[in-house]
Amino acid sequence: MGSFALNFADWLVIAIYFGFIIGIGFYLKKFTKSENDFFLAGRKNSSWVAGLAFLSANMGALELMGMTGDTFKYGVYVAHFYWIGAVPAMLFLAIYMMPFYYSSKIKSIPGYLKLRYDEKTRVLNAISFAVMTLLVAGINLYAMALVMHTFLGWSWHISMWASAITVAVYVTMSGLLSAIFTEIVQFFLIWFGLFLVVVLGIVDIGSFHQIFARIPQSYSTLWSTSGNAAHNGMMVTWGGIVLGLGFVLSFGYWTTDFLVVQRAFSARDLRSARMTPIIASFFKMALPFIVVLGGLIALVLSKDASTGFHLMHTGSHINYDSALPLLLKRYYPHGLLGLGVTALLAGFMAGQAGNISAFNTVWTYDIYQAVINKDATKDHLLWMGRAATLVGIVISVGTAYWAKSMPTIMDYMQAIFSWVNAPLFATMLLGMFLVWITADGAFWGLLAGMGSSFGMYIAVKFGWIARDTISFSHVSSDMAANFWRAWWAWLICFGVTIIVSFFTRKKSREELVGLVKGLTNEVDTKPRPFYKTPEFVAIISGVVLIALNIYFW
Amino acid sequence: MAEESNISTETTNDNTEETNGMRPIWFFVGLILFFTGLVIGITGIYNAYYPGQSGTVLEYLHPDIWWGGFMFLSGAVFIWLTRNSTVE
Repeated sequence: MGSFALNFADWLVIAIYFGFIIGIGFYLKKFTKSENDFFLAGRKNSSWVAGLAFLSANMGALELMGMTGDTFKYGVYVAHFYWIGAVPAMLFLAIYMMPFYYSSKIKSIPGYLKLRYDEKTRVLNAISFAVMTLLVAGINLYAMALVMHTFLGWSWHISMWASAITVAVYVTMSGLLSAIFTEIVQFFLIWFGLFLVVVLGIVDIGSFHQIFARIPQSYSTLWSTSGNAAHNGMMVTWGGIVLGLGFVLSFGYWTTDFLVVQRAFSARDLRSARMTPIIASFFKMALPFIVVLGGLIALVLSKDASTGFHLMHTGSHINYDSALPLLLKRYYPHGLLGLGVTALLAGFMAGQAGNISAFNTVWTYDIYQAVINKDATKDHLLWMGRAATLVGIVISVGTAYWAKSMPTIMDYMQAIFSWVNAPLFATMLLGMFLVWITADGAFWGLLAGMGSSFGMYIAVKFGWIARDTISFSHVSSDMAANFWRAWWAWLICFGVTIIVSFFTRKKSREELVGLVKGLTNEVDTKPRPFYKTPEFVAIISGVVLIALNIYFW
Repeated sequence: MAEESNISTETTNDNTEETNGMRPIWFFVGLILFFTGLVIGITGIYNAYYPGQSGTVLEYLHPDIWWGGFMFLSGAVFIWLTRNSTVE
């Protein structure tokens, strides 16, 4: 397959998008007067704005294309990432964790660690998060350039620099405020730009039921083949899915990753902050109707030679990521094709902006102000946030060039999350629910969890221990190993934190008011009908989740 | 979903133009849907008059016309609902 040929209408749609997001950055600059505006979008967003931004920060183009390709490989199993691998954690964040986060008026996740534990735990997490965020931003930039080069024939350098400069312009001007605005624009562009491809795919194949009738049965089930790793394409058992993905990785990401949680912090009150992940959960559950269904449509088409549809090859390997772009090319005439490309571009750029806006906050508050300049004024912090944005962009471009020279770095993406986020979830969980967990316990537990996860990765990579030892199965995949490694890292952090806490100094109960369950006033004082409470809406979300899992069992 | 903060209520709206207030995000969503839909729809009409330009499957269904039209109308609705709104 050659490059997509775009015409004037396609370029016009792309130009409208670029013009809009830069224009939004300029427009919002006059409303960004304080550091609170820049880092927390003024804390005045409704739950709908924060909720859509919360989801969009995670809804990058890399994920959309990757998951569509994974569905081609593994079938409906991929929906686990959107359902059990996301929704329970989002609801837990809303119901149990958000009161501590929001009520303590922290500006970042490391900020909570400082209040609950101490400075060293905060700085450890801040540094690891900052490094992870810049790596992910750079890899995201590299992935965008790769996609644009492969499918559109665009220059690597122009793709990377055009995207980086655009993000730099609007994030530097208005920080989280413009990042959230562009994330919501991205949300609509992705749904309008990609949902139609699924509709046309269904029309092309005949019906929704025809799609499922024409794929192998093991590709159409969610749980019924999870009893034996050899019986499903992902080579992972239900234990790996539930403990690794559904519990540790999912909770570690959705409840502690500042990239997404920062959006909830921008909500105008506690109820809105709690509603943020609940609203996002409904849209998260709907995403498989683009990515999973798109992957199945590509699978059905590729099995029918008369359609002429087949995935691209990179050398002797099938390029599974080409599934979604090829569907766009198959169904979208000019104009619509520009919209599809814009949706992918928007996904990449919003992903980069999200990472940069999270980085500038953590750098400014949790590293610069905490360690380098404790007496910084608010105006100086605002200046530092803007400077950190520019420096972060430059570093991410450097990372992108590094990734270009070493493509295997893409393989480390999932692993990075299991190094940083999985143990952090144990630290947060213990800190929020047990008064007697100590600062030293948290620090050494976190260090042990991160170190063990990294150590396991290296040990398997160099063959010092067998992957099967970690994943409890003679049949396993890299993905299964990621799930299981995350579980062990969480468990080690959990255990070390508790053991060290037995022998080290505890904080007084007075110091923990507002930070730990039982010592925090979680009552929403404003009376509301039950159907407007976060708890009730969360129950509805949970019921939808259960229904989807049963339907596709 | 039982959520009180929808498009029309999450912003102040007293039917007076507040030039100093910030436009809600929904207004910008409306603008981009409106203009993008307009371009796609007009291109679709052109494609209908000069078929075969794209050579896509199901081209005869003219997805660009009705999807562009749907985006255009959706954008218009967003703009209409937020025409006098500013964020608190």
